[in-house]
Amino acid sequence: MRNGKVVLRAYLGGAVFLLALWWAISLLVELPIIPAPDKVLVKLSHVFMQAIAIHGAYSLWRIAAGLVLAVGIGYPIGLIMGYFPRADRLLAPLVYLTYPIPKIALLPILMLLAGIGEWSKILMIFLIIVFQVIIAVRDGIRAIPEETYYPLYSLGASFGQLFRYVIFPASLPKFITAVRVAMATAISVLFFTETFGTQYGMGYYIMDAWLRVNYLEMYAGIVVLSFLGLLLFGLIDLVEYFACRWQQ
Amino acid sequence: MIEVEHLTVSYPADGSEQIALHDVSLTVPQGTVCAVIGPSGCGKSTLLKVVAGLIHDYQGTVRIAGKDINPRAMKIGFMPQNYGLMPWQTVAENIMLGCRIKGEVPDEMQERMAELCKRLGIAGLEERYPQELSGGQQQRVGLARAFLLRPDILLMDEPFSALDAITREEMQEVFLDLWQENHITTILVTHYVEEALYLGQQIALMAAHPGTVQAVRLNGLAGSVEKRQTAEFFAAGQQLRDKIKAMEVRR
Repeated sequence: MRNGKVVLRAYLGGAVFLLALWWAISLLVELPIIPAPDKVLVKLSHVFMQAIAIHGAYSLWRIAAGLVLAVGIGYPIGLIMGYFPRADRLLAPLVYLTYPIPKIALLPILMLLAGIGEWSKILMIFLIIVFQVIIAVRDGIRAIPEETYYPLYSLGASFGQLFRYVIFPASLPKFITAVRVAMATAISVLFFTETFGTQYGMGYYIMDAWLRVNYLEMYAGIVVLSFLGLLLFGLIDLVEYFACRWQQ
Repeated sequence: MIEVEHLTVSYPADGSEQIALHDVSLTVPQGTVCAVIGPSGCGKSTLLKVVAGLIHDYQGTVRIAGKDINPRAMKIGFMPQNYGLMPWQTVAENIMLGCRIKGEVPDEMQERMAELCKRLGIAGLEERYPQELSGGQQQRVGLARAFLLRPDILLMDEPFSALDAITREEMQEVFLDLWQENHITTILVTHYVEEALYLGQQIALMAAHPGTVQAVRLNGLAGSVEKRQTAEFFAAGQQLRDKIKAMEVRR
């Protein structure tokens, strides 16, 4: 991975640039609400293991569970809609009618039905990601030219073989892009859901520090949340690198 | 043996029925190559798709070795114009694809694949992806897949058309070399008169609007590099060309 070094350097450069910008602003305004990054990072090193790590782990688990659920249910639906036009005609209206509903507005209902604990948070992430997965998988499969199947059709391939050798690899790039886009939404929604009915999660930690007017801890939480996002996006990039080698 | 009898294929277009093939009959004896030649729009590709089991909606009968077409029960090697390579599979995986679908053990294929790659001049490219290869190399990968499978019949849709003239002649020789070992019953669609004369022991002449077989003739000039340079070959080529032109004028 010679490219690995280049990528790492680019990320470091980006981090340094943001830190410099943050520093400049903190020097300019000189307010406690924008503390200098060095103070925040020192604070972070103190509170990370004893306080933040457990919150980060909770947030990560909720995102992972929501994502697995969304892919597990969304992928088969997208597959059926993409490969069988008749199923698409039946299901597309349902998807299109429910897709634009602002899912966050359903949070009170979800809390009533699934409780204010883990499930309502995971289900919220699931609801937000699942539509993007369905649409991306369906469109990815629809975009496969008919001729791509011909060599397999003439060999009498089964549906399982068509899936393995054509449908899955051909729709994989679009699927990964959808997960990447959905991930950003999921993180911001997660933050919102974690401000209710829980004592764990990055959302809770940041809002709690805010209410205690502990700006250093609040910024430490924001930095960790940002790294959490970086970790997830990096993971998706890595999966894409190894699973879509033919695209390089 | 491939037997096509009174084959008619039509498809709906702009609200009316378009006839792609009308009452086409053609017999390709076991172990021979039949070159199908004709102007564009004469339904050459449609004919091939019916035999390959890709079009199910037709009238007439099509039999392979006396049985109705069934891609599951028989081995049909089909090479489309774009070679049918999967961009997400390496060269080795692409060559193996036919055998994998048919449930043959890849381990036993390794040796034969290596030998085929060597003969086709693509040894050492096994780990590359198709888009990293030239058109000629992609064509060779397609041929390797077809011949590794050892199909009952082989169907090729203008396999050498996208290549430059020199590569095309090279590939025709490579094909002939492999074919002479296996004698796979083959239908080869082409629009090059010389290709038809060089490769087809039988040449079927098709006309367009609607697609019909105008004439089927035996060709004694097939399969020999020496004959390719003779006056007889040129004369036959000219004659064939005139016939195709005459068909176009008659329309």
